[in-house]
Amino acid sequence: MSDASDETHIDEAVETASTSQGGTATVEPESRDSEVERAAASTPRTVPLSVDNLRKTFGGITAVDGVSFTVESGTVTGLIGPNGAGKSTTFNLIAGALEPNSGTVTFNGEDITGRRPDEIANKGMVRTFQIARELPEMTVLENLMLAPKHQLGEDLWRSVVPGARSTVVEQEAELRERVWEMLEFFEIDHIAEQEAGTLSGGQRKLLEMARALMTDPDLLLLDEPMAGVNPTLEEKILDRIHDLRVNEGLTFLLVEHDMDVIMENCEHVIVMHQGKVLAEGEPEAIKNNDQVIDAYLGEDI
Amino acid sequence: MSDTNSDAGADGPLGGLFDGLSRRSSDLLLVFGALFAIYALFTIFVFGQGINSVVSTLRFLTFLILVYGMLALALNLHWGYTGLFNIGVAGFMAVGVYTMAMLSGDPAGSPPGLGLPVPIGIIGGMVAAALVGLVAALPALRLKADYLAIVTLGLSEIIRLTYNSEAFNQWIQGATSTITSRVGFLPDGGAGTGAGSGIQVPSPAGPVRTLFFEGGRAGNPTPLGDAVFAVTDPIGIQQNVVVEWAYVLVLAVVLLGFYWLLSRIGNSPFGRVLKSIREDELVASSLGKHVEIFKVKVFMLGCALMGLAGILWQGSFGFVSPNDFMPVVTFYIFVAVIIGGSGSNTGSIIGSILFVGLLFEGPRRALGALGNRVDFGRAPNSFGDAVAPILSGDITPFFAYAVANRSALVFVLLGTVLIIIIQTRPDGALGGRNEPAAAVDLSTRPEKQPTTATDGGENQ
Repeated sequence: MSDASDETHIDEAVETASTSQGGTATVEPESRDSEVERAAASTPRTVPLSVDNLRKTFGGITAVDGVSFTVESGTVTGLIGPNGAGKSTTFNLIAGALEPNSGTVTFNGEDITGRRPDEIANKGMVRTFQIARELPEMTVLENLMLAPKHQLGEDLWRSVVPGARSTVVEQEAELRERVWEMLEFFEIDHIAEQEAGTLSGGQRKLLEMARALMTDPDLLLLDEPMAGVNPTLEEKILDRIHDLRVNEGLTFLLVEHDMDVIMENCEHVIVMHQGKVLAEGEPEAIKNNDQVIDAYLGEDI
Repeated sequence: MSDTNSDAGADGPLGGLFDGLSRRSSDLLLVFGALFAIYALFTIFVFGQGINSVVSTLRFLTFLILVYGMLALALNLHWGYTGLFNIGVAGFMAVGVYTMAMLSGDPAGSPPGLGLPVPIGIIGGMVAAALVGLVAALPALRLKADYLAIVTLGLSEIIRLTYNSEAFNQWIQGATSTITSRVGFLPDGGAGTGAGSGIQVPSPAGPVRTLFFEGGRAGNPTPLGDAVFAVTDPIGIQQNVVVEWAYVLVLAVVLLGFYWLLSRIGNSPFGRVLKSIREDELVASSLGKHVEIFKVKVFMLGCALMGLAGILWQGSFGFVSPNDFMPVVTFYIFVAVIIGGSGSNTGSIIGSILFVGLLFEGPRRALGALGNRVDFGRAPNSFGDAVAPILSGDITPFFAYAVANRSALVFVLLGTVLIIIIQTRPDGALGGRNEPAAAVDLSTRPEKQPTTATDGGENQ
């Protein structure tokens, strides 16, 4: 089972590496879905990510307490909740940065619970960080060039041995083209040669999203992508998210504090409170849910 | 905003000297400029002692610069590129030299060796250093930087004390002889380390010597030797000095090889992952890079290069003992990398030139030359006696003291300079400049839309 889906992903990466895809979608959302379906015939094709009964304790504190939810393909799903609700911990559990005490995470029909972050990223689920983690002493270009999966030149011998290196150089030229397209897509091409450490907070957020997208993911985990970002930039980020969702069939799971952002942009909302899923549903329903209102007002429930 | 102009400021104090030239030519100018400046300085020190003395001094200087350059490059791969704080360089050098000596040493010697050809011994030494690196890396690379430093320092001392141990010497001789006695073409005696009394090393300079002398014996020159000596003898350069220079040229070629290899690694996707590991491991792994595999690979490669550098350096003297691999050797290499600027391969070479020329050998030679030309009288017995007369305007005792104790004063100078550099120029001569890690020039944009608001594309 797991072998089959690995192969699919390698095929996909080779395909995208040779066809150079960035701002323009060469892979139709439909064909991407059917590929996933073939790899994971047992899972309904509309649910790439499902989390089942996740539990994580730190010492005596239970940060995540039996959380279950699913994320449907091609949606923007919001994960909200007051501070300390366990959103970020859930995120870290899904992305492999933390290992759960119990429960499972299933991605594209495969159990990925407790896998390493790099394994999960290579399966097509990539995350960003709450506080942007740019690679400060690398340029914006280098930051983006790093991200694509399965680069030939990541093999030491191929980067060094004369002859073999020409394939690396060739692939680098293709990646460079995709990188510049991605920079243009996020309108940060004018800072391409700056070291990432010199960017402003908002630019870092854009850089992180652009970098995550360079891995050509199926599902993006965005941890507070709009935190500390001005309204204009916020609009820009949301535009990009919708663009990618519609044109490339990407799926998004985003943690956010701003209720308005969530309500206006998500098809599906999951509300967490004190480590548990408090409510789940469409934004309208969530907005009128008494328990949610109480949780956000801080009342005891 | 203009991004191209920001390069100059970020290139470190020396990087902006030759603006307008391509980086490669300005690097070459810097390296040879620094080298010849140091040559000129040292020529002054020994001027008047004859041409042989000058040529011989410059040979020794170049030799040190080259071996430090190799080690600084290898350390730069670990520390500058990947952020692996390896302070056990001396230990990995020791493994390289000792393994080489044991593989290629004379079977009739004391301790005995296996008598294999020198090239096999060198490869064996590099492989052994890489394997010891692997053993250190597997548990240690899971640790954070500071703990890796402690582990590698500890390991290098364990290695040194192991080679110093008579018990280990006995054991390894016994163990290897049980193996070699069953293998037809190997001598039965096995191979030992010589413990505290050291070990004979078949010098890698030996083959170079046989180019000039039949069988390596002086006074019996080959046709090549005859041809070269016909030029050098009339000038007054001793034949030994010529042969030693030839070995230095071989080392220069090896250093170029190191530089070529490491630049290629730096300018590749592999090097890009290394840099990202240095910057933020979690980001690298969140982007799908298996961080530990990269670290193990790069650690083993760096250790193999350290082993090779150790063989070419200490091994060329024909004899080593555990005391040649004290932790201070590692410290010197770190100083060279810091002066040059960690993260830059060219910086590592410039750092080695400046370290050897201005800190390690320079002050000692300068004070020696001063002492030869000026008579300061008898040196005072203590630092206090040397400094106190300065207050009354008499600086002669101080100079007399400095000349007499110049070897010790080098350490004071080293420490002072290191503190000043770290306080004021933590990026070193060339550090902090941007050497983008990619196999192609990233500034080259796809052709379309040349009018967008950027000036990044005009860089080259």
